[in-house]
Amino acid sequence: MDVKRTEFLKTALGAGAGLSLAATASPWLSAAEAAVGNYPEGTSGSSIFVGLLCPSTGSYSADGEDEREGYFLALDDLNNGTGVMAKIPSLAGKKGLLGKTIVYKVADTETKPDPAVQRATEFITQNKAIMITGGVSSAVDIALEKLAQQQKVVYMVGASGSNDTTGKDCQRYAFRSQLDAYMVAQCLSPVLVKAYGKNRKAIYLTPDYSYGHSLTNSMRAVTEKLGWTTVADVVAPFPTSDYSSLLTNIANSNADVFINIEFGNDGISSTKQAAQFGIMKKMQLVIPNISTYLPDGLGAEIMQGVYGTQDWYYTLEDRYPLSKIFVEDFVKRWKNRPRWTAHIAYAQTAIWADAVARAKTFDPVAVIKTLEEGKPLELMLGPVYYRAGDHQQVRPCPVLRGKKPSEMKAKDDFFDLIEVVPGEKVMQPLAETSCTMPPYL
Amino acid sequence: MHLIEAQALNGLALGAILALVALGLTIVFGLLGFANFAHGALFMIGAYAGWIVYSDTNNFFLAIPAALIVTFIVGLVIERVLIRLYYQRPKEDQILVTYGLAIVLVEIVRAIFSGQTKLLTTPAWAAGIVQIGGIVYPQYRVAVMAIAAITLALIYLVLFRTRVGLIVRAGIDDAVIVNILGINVNRTFMLVFALGAAIAGLSGIVDAPLVAVNPDMGTDLLVQSFVVVVIGGVGSFFGAILGGIVAGEIMSLTTAFAPDYSSVMLYVAMAIVLILRPKGLLGVEGRA
Repeated sequence: MDVKRTEFLKTALGAGAGLSLAATASPWLSAAEAAVGNYPEGTSGSSIFVGLLCPSTGSYSADGEDEREGYFLALDDLNNGTGVMAKIPSLAGKKGLLGKTIVYKVADTETKPDPAVQRATEFITQNKAIMITGGVSSAVDIALEKLAQQQKVVYMVGASGSNDTTGKDCQRYAFRSQLDAYMVAQCLSPVLVKAYGKNRKAIYLTPDYSYGHSLTNSMRAVTEKLGWTTVADVVAPFPTSDYSSLLTNIANSNADVFINIEFGNDGISSTKQAAQFGIMKKMQLVIPNISTYLPDGLGAEIMQGVYGTQDWYYTLEDRYPLSKIFVEDFVKRWKNRPRWTAHIAYAQTAIWADAVARAKTFDPVAVIKTLEEGKPLELMLGPVYYRAGDHQQVRPCPVLRGKKPSEMKAKDDFFDLIEVVPGEKVMQPLAETSCTMPPYL
Repeated sequence: MHLIEAQALNGLALGAILALVALGLTIVFGLLGFANFAHGALFMIGAYAGWIVYSDTNNFFLAIPAALIVTFIVGLVIERVLIRLYYQRPKEDQILVTYGLAIVLVEIVRAIFSGQTKLLTTPAWAAGIVQIGGIVYPQYRVAVMAIAAITLALIYLVLFRTRVGLIVRAGIDDAVIVNILGINVNRTFMLVFALGAAIAGLSGIVDAPLVAVNPDMGTDLLVQSFVVVVIGGVGSFFGAILGGIVAGEIMSLTTAFAPDYSSVMLYVAMAIVLILRPKGLLGVEGRA
């Protein structure tokens, strides 16, 4: 009955056999050209393969759909020499990458690590992927990072907000662009204290996994230093759909700020239920990391006045010319405006392609070293670059606040852009990240 | 202590929804001997049907019948075209075909409506809070319990106090004799399946203001509802209610006091019931 499991076993055995063969064959290969992962084998033809992992089912499926649309636009722009890709100096005027067309396929991660790793392994072993990218959920992305390191294939992280992704779980073969929990806490908390005052009592609703605890602990560290007290950290099973037991505790506490760390569909259910418990009548709602379609699922009535951050928001097109092009092209193709997981998808593809073009090779070690050089690349958030020590991208932090329904100029115009905090100011000091980078080979 | 009472009330509200969902399942499972793994998909279709009407009219009282009618019709169609062919097949075949059907239904909805969560806010007449004892409690959950209670009462009346209900119950006991008596059992079975589907659809729209309305919303509920049916006893009307309440209380109380165990406790309870009383708390020997 379980066709997938037999396939996985076959693939795993095949991968194991293949790897041991490659290992025994490598002394012979190193004389000619050292094989690293799928290089140079995956580049022998006229095309190279990029594996996309996006959740189309599970709690984060809405973000996954946006992410997938971002990847398709990015890879097609790369192949055709159009859009934002055409504005990147190293790629301008060229089609494809280093003369090769990019073939790509997308697989469903189900918002779970195991299916994600299984499908990524197929991309690597069967399709000879030169790069894999995607995932929404730190649990998925951390698992994919480990796979990438093990298989020596570059993984451009999709959406992942946990500190651990570039902290204790950092990998040489992975690069993460999204704001991590530390950065969110650093750029959001001062805005909250300015808006709500210093002596607030906060209560948290935390999904029980890496990302949840990461963000809650980071928020607590900064807000408590600025004068707030934490009444409680209410931990919810992840994922789940009924929050009544936990919200009863929250509703009956003496907190006056409700900080909801839940994300995706869990974020929607938990906030809807919190509204039903009357929690937002006596507490301010804060959503530090607002998932892509959260405001649509909650409605502007609930979102108004709510402070939070997102990796990117479309009104940034007024500040950054490449955002304007990105939004226009996306709307032309997909008939709706991009959200931030689409932005991550496009930006990650672009920065990888730029590194490959400048390194003039697909050799993962060379590409990684190029990215680690940290030469800023102008993209949809202005110039961004990777920090060599932990592969966390240095990029600005947009702080948002929900608009009053009467002020919305479009169906998806949910937020006012309150502040764009420069990235350098909010990065976690390298020494504190507990990242020890594994080797290149 | 207020908090325990509040949590117990939560368990009751959760149990009400579970009882409703399980009722549709147990009617089909117990009365028709058919394991319907498409039940979660029908729940989801009810939510979407209700959402379409609710977002147009903003009237929740129109959304509920919409969900009922749409899922009833879908149930009729499915029964005629597919389910009917599987009554005599082994349970594994029934599970496989309905599981496949569920995937098809979910993906059809995803293709038409996209995977984005749909906006469905709490109806205005139940959006506030109510004071019960010293506890603050959402009006909507009280409304859910009321709707569940009314639905269960209506179904009880139909099953146990009408001629149609009598035929249905007789048909379960012995379809051959009922046929010999000149009563069209096939049509009865079709109506029963459609009724089970309609109840699933009703649960879907009733649950929609509490959760994220998306194509996968029925999948998790499916497993939980089967557990409720097993605990309460297959085919038992009151078993579905008791099973629902027991399951709701277990899940609420463990989430409140020992969240790490919340997913496990329900299955532990099911295991205990299966060991000590395999036919379920109120189950009857025979059909399943």
